Amino acid sequence: MQVELEKVFGRPRTLRPVATHYCPGCGHGITARLVAEVIDELEVREKTVGVAPVGCSVLLYNYLDIDMYEAAHGRAPAVATGCKRVHPELVVFTYQGDGDFASIGIAEAVHAAARGEKITTVFINNAIYGMTGGQMAPTTLIGQKTTTSPMGRNPEQAGFPIRMAELLATLDGAAYIARVAVNNPKHIIQAKRAIKKAFETQVKSLGYSMVEVLSQCPTDWRMTPIEATKWVEEKMVPYYPLGEFKVSKEG
Amino acid sequence: MEKKFMTGNEAIAEAAIQAGCRYFFGYPITPQSEIPEYMSKRLPEVGGVYLQSESEVAAINMLFGAAGAGARVMTSSSSPGISLMQEGISYIAAAQLPCVIVNIMRGGPGLGGIQPSQSDYFQATKGGGHGDYHLLVLAPHTVQEAVSLTMEAFGLADKYRNPVMVLGDGYMGQMMEPVEFKQTAPLKLPAKEWALTGAKGRAKNLVKSLYLDPEALEKHNLEINRKIQEVIKNEVRVETYGTDDAEVIIAAYGTVARIAKTAIEVLREKGVKVGMVRPITVFPFPYETLEKMADKVSKFLVVEMSLGQMVEDVKLGLCGKAKLRFYGRTGGMVPSYDEIVAETEKLMKEAS
Repeated sequence: MQVELEKVFGRPRTLRPVATHYCPGCGHGITARLVAEVIDELEVREKTVGVAPVGCSVLLYNYLDIDMYEAAHGRAPAVATGCKRVHPELVVFTYQGDGDFASIGIAEAVHAAARGEKITTVFINNAIYGMTGGQMAPTTLIGQKTTTSPMGRNPEQAGFPIRMAELLATLDGAAYIARVAVNNPKHIIQAKRAIKKAFETQVKSLGYSMVEVLSQCPTDWRMTPIEATKWVEEKMVPYYPLGEFKVSKEG
Repeated sequence: MEKKFMTGNEAIAEAAIQAGCRYFFGYPITPQSEIPEYMSKRLPEVGGVYLQSESEVAAINMLFGAAGAGARVMTSSSSPGISLMQEGISYIAAAQLPCVIVNIMRGGPGLGGIQPSQSDYFQATKGGGHGDYHLLVLAPHTVQEAVSLTMEAFGLADKYRNPVMVLGDGYMGQMMEPVEFKQTAPLKLPAKEWALTGAKGRAKNLVKSLYLDPEALEKHNLEINRKIQEVIKNEVRVETYGTDDAEVIIAAYGTVARIAKTAIEVLREKGVKVGMVRPITVFPFPYETLEKMADKVSKFLVVEMSLGQMVEDVKLGLCGKAKLRFYGRTGGMVPSYDEIVAETEKLMKEAS
């Protein structure tokens, strides 16, 4: 006897069936999947263009089954701007880490938001430079040890971590700004909702949208994956509060 | 056809529009700001987009995005701004994207000044950014030639999927001359099937420059080089005149070539047999023309608005067969024709 089983879970169409290079316990794989699910649900895969940056985020172009650029370090919002201005009907998003978005590319980030560029940014904040082996990021917490802040980040010498969501929310061109985390199932569900809202903001042409994702980096934090998810909760969330910082009235 | 009286900057901007350029991203800098100003007014009239970027760094990456999306796109700047674009230019060449970059050169190094110069020759012709690549570099010497070369630049960029630079100077940008916009037959070009337009009914496209496997990167670089070798074979352009009976030849490009032409008239009136070689493409450089000339003429004078950059290419072309003298002014100083006359006369007196 043949039993018809209802399919309740599967790989998103937009996610290619390949192994990723992400370390065990990393938040990138979860976030990349959420982006793929949102693209599927909005039925925009064939009109979506992504921009991958420099850093751990770069190889996203191997994982998503959509047209993609690989941009210079920090320049993804400028590249996305060039694409979106040529093809306003496309859905264009950047996927950037904290070094890319909050340090070397902060001018492009701020001005894309200020212009109300109708693009979306998924910003992975894991408070460290992952691909280069764990150096200090602009979002590294006070006291956090990295390979270039071996005694812990000292604000006297290395300044303070940047809160990108709060910063961009002050700009009139920003239509949707939120901060989420991917360290537990509840937060992952909230993260997907925010990413979907950000993409919808673009589809409705309301302005710039950005979701900051607090993400764990067990390898460079020198922790187990479980410890890393706890560190997000106990150390990152108090400094980087979760929530929506800007929601368009029309959204 | 009706002639219009325009500055070089305005004429370059209009030429781009006539060539089908519909997207311009740039940042103001003297002495080329008339190009973005003209574009900001003209592009909306033809259904295009003008966008003032937050920096030259952003502008060149907006070109990367627009060119990757399949558009005809241009930026313009002047020396310090072009320096800021070098990283992006390297990425554009690596990703094999067509676009046009105009450099209206001013005096450097550093912030330098705002007067005309040719001191970005090395940067333009030898790479500028990191890695193995070359731009095609077109160097007009009149406003009319700036128009025709700008119009052709877009076709060349598409043909070779490589960035093309129009290399002028502050004099060229600010000078007014009557010009006409003659359409030439468009090149037969393949459709841009590699462009990012959304993967509808086809496999995904990827615009990138990252090749972590050295074997793959070498293969990629060799493919770029294969195109550059085609460029060298097919696209060299050079003007020569008065070379048949010449005893001395002046080599110059751009604005300096105009001044040298006046110097040649004066010298000819004095009975000095002087000719000229003027590279129109400074990459690819007309090495063969120079080598052939060196078989007949034993003395060459190179004049530049720099402390000696193109002179190195002339030297390579001459293969040590002729005597070479260099005369350059720098920092925004423009050589006068009588200075070139005097330098030529000095060279004539020297033993071969």
